[in-house]
Parts: sequence; C-alpha cells; structure tokens
Amino acid sequence: MTYQLETAQHPKPLRRVAIDPVSRVEGHGKVTILLDDQNKVHQVRLHIVEFRGFEKFIQGRPYWEVPVMVQRLCGICPVSHHLAASKALDVIVGAKKLTPAAEKLRRLMHYGQMLQSHALHFFHLCSPDLLFGFDSDVTRRNIVGVAMAHPEIAKQGVLLRKFGQEVIRVTAGKRVHGTGAVPGGMNKSLTVAERDELLKDIYHIVQWSRDAVSLIQKVHTQDPGLYNSFGIFRSNFMSLVGHNGDLDFYHGTLRARDDNGKLIFDHLDYQNYNQVIEEEVRSWSYMKFPYIRAIGKEHGWYKVGPLARVQNCNQISTPFAERERKEFVDYAGGTPMHAPLAYHWTRMIEMLHAAEVIKELLHDDDLLSDDLMVEGERQMEGVGVIEAPRGTLFHHYQVDENDVITMANLIVSTTNNNQAMNEAIRHVARRYLHGREVTEGLLNHIEVAIRAFDPCLSCATHALGKMPLEVELLDVEGNRVHSLSRS
Amino acid sequence: MSLTFTLDGKTIPFEDGQTIIQAAGKAGVFIPHLCYHPEFKPHGSCKLCTVKVNGRHTASCTMRAMPGMVVESDTEEINAERRALTQMLFVEGNHFCPSCEKSGNCQLQATAYHLGMMSPHYDHFFPNRPVDASHPEVLLDFNRCILCSLCVRASRDVDGKNVFALSGRGIKTHLIVNARSGQLGDTDFTLADKAAQVCPVGVILRKRQGFAVPIGERKYDKAPIAETVTEGK
Repeated sequence: MTYQLETAQHPKPLRRVAIDPVSRVEGHGKVTILLDDQNKVHQVRLHIVEFRGFEKFIQGRPYWEVPVMVQRLCGICPVSHHLAASKALDVIVGAKKLTPAAEKLRRLMHYGQMLQSHALHFFHLCSPDLLFGFDSDVTRRNIVGVAMAHPEIAKQGVLLRKFGQEVIRVTAGKRVHGTGAVPGGMNKSLTVAERDELLKDIYHIVQWSRDAVSLIQKVHTQDPGLYNSFGIFRSNFMSLVGHNGDLDFYHGTLRARDDNGKLIFDHLDYQNYNQVIEEEVRSWSYMKFPYIRAIGKEHGWYKVGPLARVQNCNQISTPFAERERKEFVDYAGGTPMHAPLAYHWTRMIEMLHAAEVIKELLHDDDLLSDDLMVEGERQMEGVGVIEAPRGTLFHHYQVDENDVITMANLIVSTTNNNQAMNEAIRHVARRYLHGREVTEGLLNHIEVAIRAFDPCLSCATHALGKMPLEVELLDVEGNRVHSLSRS
Repeated sequence: MSLTFTLDGKTIPFEDGQTIIQAAGKAGVFIPHLCYHPEFKPHGSCKLCTVKVNGRHTASCTMRAMPGMVVESDTEEINAERRALTQMLFVEGNHFCPSCEKSGNCQLQATAYHLGMMSPHYDHFFPNRPVDASHPEVLLDFNRCILCSLCVRASRDVDGKNVFALSGRGIKTHLIVNARSGQLGDTDFTLADKAAQVCPVGVILRKRQGFAVPIGERKYDKAPIAETVTEGK
C-alpha cells in the first residue's frame, strides 16, 4: 500500500526532522519528516510510540473489574472507556435494556465528560493557536496569553470544564476515574442536593457554550482561505447515530458515509462491528490503521469525531445546537466539509449540545430514582461502542464460564483517525514546510493540524503552552546538524 | 482496685488476661494492625501492632497487659517502622488500588493512609499470581494476599473446614486451598462461611458484586480507620 508522502523512495540521503514528542496532546507521539538538500519534503509520518498493554493484561481478570481498570487508559476521557466497557459488560450480564434511571445517569456522566473534554481542548489547548495565529509570538501562545488578552474567554473555558467535571463527580463519585457504572446499571443516583447544585449553573453553561460556537464560527469564517483549506484531505467518515439519525454520544447504530456524503452503511448493530471494520498494522507505528473492510485498505480509511458526527447525523435533538448545525451545513454548501480546522467549529456545536442535554436531564426526576440495576441471561461475549469526545470507541470482550476475561479488543477513537491525521500533516508539510528552513512556527503548523483532531495521546503535557518540543536535523550518518528545542 | 497501664501517656484500664491491643481498643485507642482480629486468637505475624513496652519492641496483640506498663505506640519512630512494614506488604504482592474493588473498604489501604504512606518506596516484586475463579460465588485474588491468616483461622476454628492454609517458608510463604486440585471450586467453601467475611484486603471476594458501593459510601470514605477499628467493631 502506498500513500503520498508516507514512504520516501530513496530515504538514505535525506535529512530527518523529528518532532518528538508531539505535545499539547496526551501520551507520546512523534512526527518525522524527511527532507532533501533543498528542504523538499519526501516523507511525513505521525508515529504513535506509546505501547498500551491493556488488551493483554486484563485477560485473566474478573469481568466486573474491567470498567474501572480500563478507564486508566486515559486521564482526560476515562468516562468513555468506563462506559464503553460497561456497555459491553451489560451484554455479558444479559442486561438488554437498562432501567431509565441508569441509562439517564450514564448519559449525564458522558455528556458531562463531553462538555469538559471539549472545553479543555478548545480553550486550554487550541485557543492560543486560533486567537493569536499559528506562528505568533511563542511566549504569548498559551492559555496565560489568552487569559491576559481575553480574560472573559479564558475564565469561561475554565468554568465550563469545571462544570463538566462536577457532573462526572456526582455521577461517578470522583472527577477522574470514578466507579459509577457497573455491568447492568449504575451504583448511585443523584441526591436532590447534587442535582440542585448543578441546576444553579447550567443556564450559564448553555449560554457560554453558545458564545463559544459564535467565537469559533467567527474565527473560521473570517479567514476561509486558511480555515477551509489548512491540512485538507477528503475521506470517508463514520460515527454512531441515535434514534431517527439524531446526534447521540451514548448509544446508537453505526453509520458511515463516503467523502461525498453518500451512505456506505447505516443502521449497523455495533455487536457486528468486526464484520465491517478491519485493522491494518504498519511497521513504523504502534497504532493500527482501521479501514472499512468492503472498500479495502487503500480507500477504506475514515475519520471520526466531531466533524464526522455533526455531518453524519440527520439532526440534533436540542434547539440551539441544531440551529448551529444547520448554519455549519449551510456554510459547507451542502457537501461534506473535510477541512481539519472545521473540527473546532463542530466540536463547539457538540459542546453546546452536551450542555443542552445536561440541562434537560437535570429536570428529569429519573435521576433521583434508586431503580438502577437489571440482569438477564448470561452471555459469553459483548461489544460496547460509544462516541467518545474524539470519536467512535469500541470495546469488545469475551468472558469464560468462571467470569474471567479471555479476550479483549479495543479500537480507541484516535486509532480510527490514524490515517486521517497522517494525511493532514502531509498536506501541511507540503504546503508550509516544502523548500523552507525549519522554524518553530512552521513546526507548530504541523502540531496545529494534529491538535485539530484532539488526539488522545492528549492532555498531560500541556504545560501552559510551553510544549516540550525538540527538533533535531540529522545528516545521513545520524550526526546532528541543527537543532531547535523548546521546553 | 482497677488494673491500668499507660499508653502514650494515657491511662488505660484492663482486665486480667487482656492483651495490650484489646485493652487499647476497649478504651477507644487505635493501634494499627492487620492480622489481629478481636474474634480470633492472635497470630502476631504482621507486626503492624508493634509497640514499645518499657522501651522494648513487642507485638501488642500477643503481649498481655500488666499493671504499670509504660507503652509507646503513636510515636514517630514506631509509625515509621509500621510504614516501612506496610510498604513491604505493598511491594510483595500486586496491590493496584485504582482498579481493586476492595478500595475504600480495604484495611491495608486504610492503614497505609493512616500511616501517611505516600509511595511504595521499595522495588515491586510483581509476583505472578493468577486468580482462582473456579468457585461459582467466590473469587480468590492471591495478588493481594498479605498472609494475615485470618481466613485460615476462621475456616479452621469457626467453620471447621480447613479450606485455607499457609504453605512454604519465609518469602515463599503463600496461601493455598485445601483441595487436590488446589482450586476453591473443589472445596465445600460457601459464602456463609466465616472465612468468607474476614479478609482485610481484596483476596476473598464475592463474585459479580465489585464496585456496587459508590465512592463516598465505602467504609473508609465515611471515617478513617483510626475511628472505625476498635475492639469489637
């Protein structure tokens, strides 16, 4: 399989530039770029060098431990793993339909997470790039710079995230790595005091989310030349869609479209995901490359996440977010928008939707009910799929008759976007680096393209905008010719 | 005339035949411990309850109280020793609190918090100990065994079944199940056994119940161990 700029034909005489680690993203990833003497780009790769042993080391563990254990995959969206695993194990314990209280509490937890994760990504990680420019003064290009120049925006970003974390705390017991969902339901409901505390703030949260959509829409539409083309590539896209094709982050069936928006499959029960999704291994990355089996490796890859979801659904069930979705679709001109920077716009539409759903749920007395658990006929295998902040997340388990996990397969959201992110940075490298001297600002363009996807190698390294970035230019013998570092 | 001794300067009354830890517990004074349980004969193996009696180290669960004893327990020196013992217990097994269903109800974890243990300090052994899931109602996770022998004593002395035993010596000591196969599923162990109720850590677990109690309502969420573990509680 060959993709443009994935593999240089004659790599030996080329110089290698590495962005290692890529930062303002969670975990450890690196970008390598091979350049010739005229700084022409011959190869660009995003490598994910982290090794996750979860699929292996949960084998032999009791199944009820899994939702709590696997959420440790991530510190930003652990709720996604917690709930995807719980959904898979609902199948194992025969809980075909949760009680209304349990499902609504899980939804509340998940939409709280969606709110906090999207707020974190937009305000803390990306707003410095978007508000100041990709190659603006690096000393200002951080959340402190945003706080100084736009104090109200920075404050709202912090408080939006805080609210989302509070929603998680009251449903899961802790802001990070709680235990709320258990196979077959939930272990707690809300108290009246917990609900009322959230109700006090939710109206601000909805308004601030609306403001955030307006902000990114303005930023995007003021510079269409940049925002509609930066890192652009065309691809298929996939997500869960809920009842009637609504945008739904918690549950639904799988739907995929091609780059023109034509359906590839729809209404697919995710218990059968492995009939349509296949994963390819490439020698240069620990992260696999999923693709739609029927289309094949070369053209079957796809993107997931906000840009896919907002364009894949028929409508959004909440009024403000639906209005914003329609504006976005109108702006795209009736065909799917593929520009990576449009992820930011759609991400904020989703944040608004999450805030509206939380508001609706907080007015539902089912949240106070103690009817939390169901069980049924025990099964040996189950699949749980959820729309995590970064995209579609698959958890698949097999359990033996003694209740011990014998097989696990996880396809995490960022894995689904693997080829897409590689395509985006290759486009940026061609457009901005080709034939130029490497500078910090130019390298940040590469990272801006990666960050648009909010990859879940994401989070911990965002130290007030000072990315621990080291770039080395090596000659053929591996000797350092030139280096830049930022720490 | 009542019998008394002093514990960290406080006068503790006791009855003839009581151990130091029993008398302290009755007086509402907490002495950290793991293998001691008020319903069972003392074992004296974990050494967490070590105190100084008239300047000499001794296990307070096996030392009988005597009139006029001067006992030191809650001192920087003794708590540092207890902390080191607790750290050794953590590294000898596989105690992954973040995903352990006994978290919040675990005496080892609560003791570690009580003693201010901030890290394991020592290198982990990472022993390879598969779980025994053969019993339909009970899971045995040997990874967390601290060899307190409470299950051994309960099964032998209360249940009359001798389901458990400690085997091996020294660092190789380990918990075994009294069945030809070595599997709990091949014994007459039941959830109603006393041995099913006494594990202070997360070894003997009722299946399919993990994480049923939410964070905030677990035993040590409500009160730290020093306020919950006294005589008879």
